[in-house]
Amino acid sequence: MSIQTIEDTTVKAFPAKPAAVIAFTARARRRFDPLAIAGKLASALVPPIIVIALMLVVWQIACSSPTSSLPPPTQVWNEAYDLIAHPFFDNGPQDIGLAWRVLISLQRVAIGFGLAAIVGVALGALVGQSIWAMRGLDPVFQILRTVPPLAWLPLSLAAFRDSSPSAIFVIFITSIWPIIINTAVGVRNIPEDYRNVSRILRLNQFEFFVKIMVPAAAPYIFTGLRIGIGLSWLAIVAAEMLTGGVGIGFFIWDAWNSSRLPDIIVALAYIGVTGFCLDRLVAAVGAFVTRGTTAK
Amino acid sequence: MTAYLKLDHIDKSFTRGAQVSEVLKDIRLTIDKGEFVSIIGHSGCGKSTLLNLIAGLTKVSAGAVLLEDKEVDSPGPERAVVFQNHSLLPWLTVYENINLAVAKVFGRTKSKAERHDWIMRNLDLVQMAHAKDKRPAEISGGMKQRVGIARALAMEPKILLLDEPFGALDALTRAHLQDAVMDIHSRLGSTTIMITHDVDEAVLLSDRIVMMTNGPAATIGEVLAVPLARPRRRVELSSDRTFLRCREAVLKFLYERHRFVEAAE
Repeated sequence: MSIQTIEDTTVKAFPAKPAAVIAFTARARRRFDPLAIAGKLASALVPPIIVIALMLVVWQIACSSPTSSLPPPTQVWNEAYDLIAHPFFDNGPQDIGLAWRVLISLQRVAIGFGLAAIVGVALGALVGQSIWAMRGLDPVFQILRTVPPLAWLPLSLAAFRDSSPSAIFVIFITSIWPIIINTAVGVRNIPEDYRNVSRILRLNQFEFFVKIMVPAAAPYIFTGLRIGIGLSWLAIVAAEMLTGGVGIGFFIWDAWNSSRLPDIIVALAYIGVTGFCLDRLVAAVGAFVTRGTTAK
Repeated sequence: MTAYLKLDHIDKSFTRGAQVSEVLKDIRLTIDKGEFVSIIGHSGCGKSTLLNLIAGLTKVSAGAVLLEDKEVDSPGPERAVVFQNHSLLPWLTVYENINLAVAKVFGRTKSKAERHDWIMRNLDLVQMAHAKDKRPAEISGGMKQRVGIARALAMEPKILLLDEPFGALDALTRAHLQDAVMDIHSRLGSTTIMITHDVDEAVLLSDRIVMMTNGPAATIGEVLAVPLARPRRRVELSSDRTFLRCREAVLKFLYERHRFVEAAE
C-alpha cells in the first residue's frame, strides 16, 4: 500500500518537471535571457560608475579646503539641487530648467546641422563627381574649414542682425566641412563597376545620385555627419555664450557673471551627456541606414 | 543577310600624357544572331578592353561597332554585361538588384505585376528564386554570379556580354554555372560573347572561339569553329574526338604560337 503511494507521487512529480523546463526554454527563446542582459549591463555600467565615484572623491578632497576657488561636489549638490532635480521647471523668461535650455540649443543645432547635411552632401557629391569642381572648390574648402567656429560669429551677426540666425549660421558653417569632405571621398571611392552598371542601365544623373551614389557613399557620409554633429554641439555652446538668449551656452555665461559656479558644473554635465547622446544617435542612424553596404 | 554584330576595323589606344599605348589593332569580326562566341587570349592581351568596346563602356579610337547595322558608341541595356566580380549592389536584395534593371528598362512598357513576373521568371531561369530576399553578402560567389546573369538577362539584351564570368569561382561551381549558361543559351537563343582564359570552357560553350594574339597592338589571330552538336554534355565530350581536336588547336595557338611574354604586361 505504502509502495503504491510512493509510486503515485513519483509518477506525478516527474511530468511536472519537464513541463517546467520546456516552458522556460520557450520563454528564453522568445525573449532575451534576463540574466544575460543583467550581466551585460553590469559589465558595461559598473566600471564607469566606479571611475566616476573615484573622481568625485578626489574632487571632494581636492576642493574641500575653505580657501579652495572651486566648489566640491557636496556644495554643487546643495546649491544647484533645483537644477539637478527639476530639469523641466518654468518660472517665466530667463528662469527655466536646464532641460528646456538644452532643448532650445538642440533646436538651433537641428536647423543648422540639418541645412549643413543637405548642402554638405550635395556639395560633396559635386566635388566627388567632377574633377573640375574638385580642383576649383577643394582648396577653398581646405582653407575655410580651418577657420574656428567663433571667428564666423561677428560676420554673421553683421549679416543677419539677430542672434538666433547668427548662431544657426555658425553651426552650419562649422559642421558642413567634414560632411562635404567625407561625402566627396565616399563618392570618389564608388567602385567603377557600380558606375558601369548605371551606365549600362542608362540611369540619369538624379537616378544615379539617389540609387547608387548616396547608398554607396553612405558609410562615408555618416562618418562626416557624426564629426559634424560633434562640432555643431561644440560651436553652439560657444556661440550662445556670446549671442545671449536662452540656450545652455548663455546659461553658463550668465552663471559665471553672477558667480554661480555650481550651476556651471551642472550645466557642463548636461552638455556632455547631450553631446554624447547626439553622437550615439547619429551613429545608430548610420548603422541602421548603411546596414549591408559595407559587407562585400 | 548582313551580320548581327559587326566589329569593323577597330583600333584602340590609350593615351597617358605624351605616351600612347596601342592595345587593339584592326579587329574585324562578325557575329550572327544566336551565336555563342568566346574570346580567349593571355592576360593583358586586351580582351576585356574589346568587351568594353562592344558594351560601349570605352570608346573606340578608330573603326566602329555595328549592331544591326547601327553604330553603338555608348553603353545601353541592349548590350548587357555580366561582370567578373558580379557587381551586385550590396545594399539591395537579390530581387531589388534585378528590379533596378527591370524598372529602368521596362518601367514604361510593363505594368507592376508584369515586371514582378518578369523578375521572378529570370530568377527561376538561374534557379535563384529562393534567395530573392537575401542580400549579396548573404549568398555564395556562384549564387552572386547567377544573380548577375539574371540581371543581365532581365534587360532582354540583344547581346549578352560575359566578362570572365566564372573566373573567381571554384572548379565545381564553375561547371554548374557553365551548364546553367548552356541551358539558358539553348532556351533563349541569346547572342552571347564571353571573355575567358579557360580553354575547356571556351570549347564546351562556344560555337566559335576567337583567339587573340598578345599585346601590345593585339588582334584576332585565328577564329576556330567548334562543330559540336548541342546539347553538349561535359562528361561525354571529355573523350570526344572533335572536342579534343578543338581543344588542342586552341592550346597550340596559345602556348606554341603566341606564348605569353611577361614583358607584354
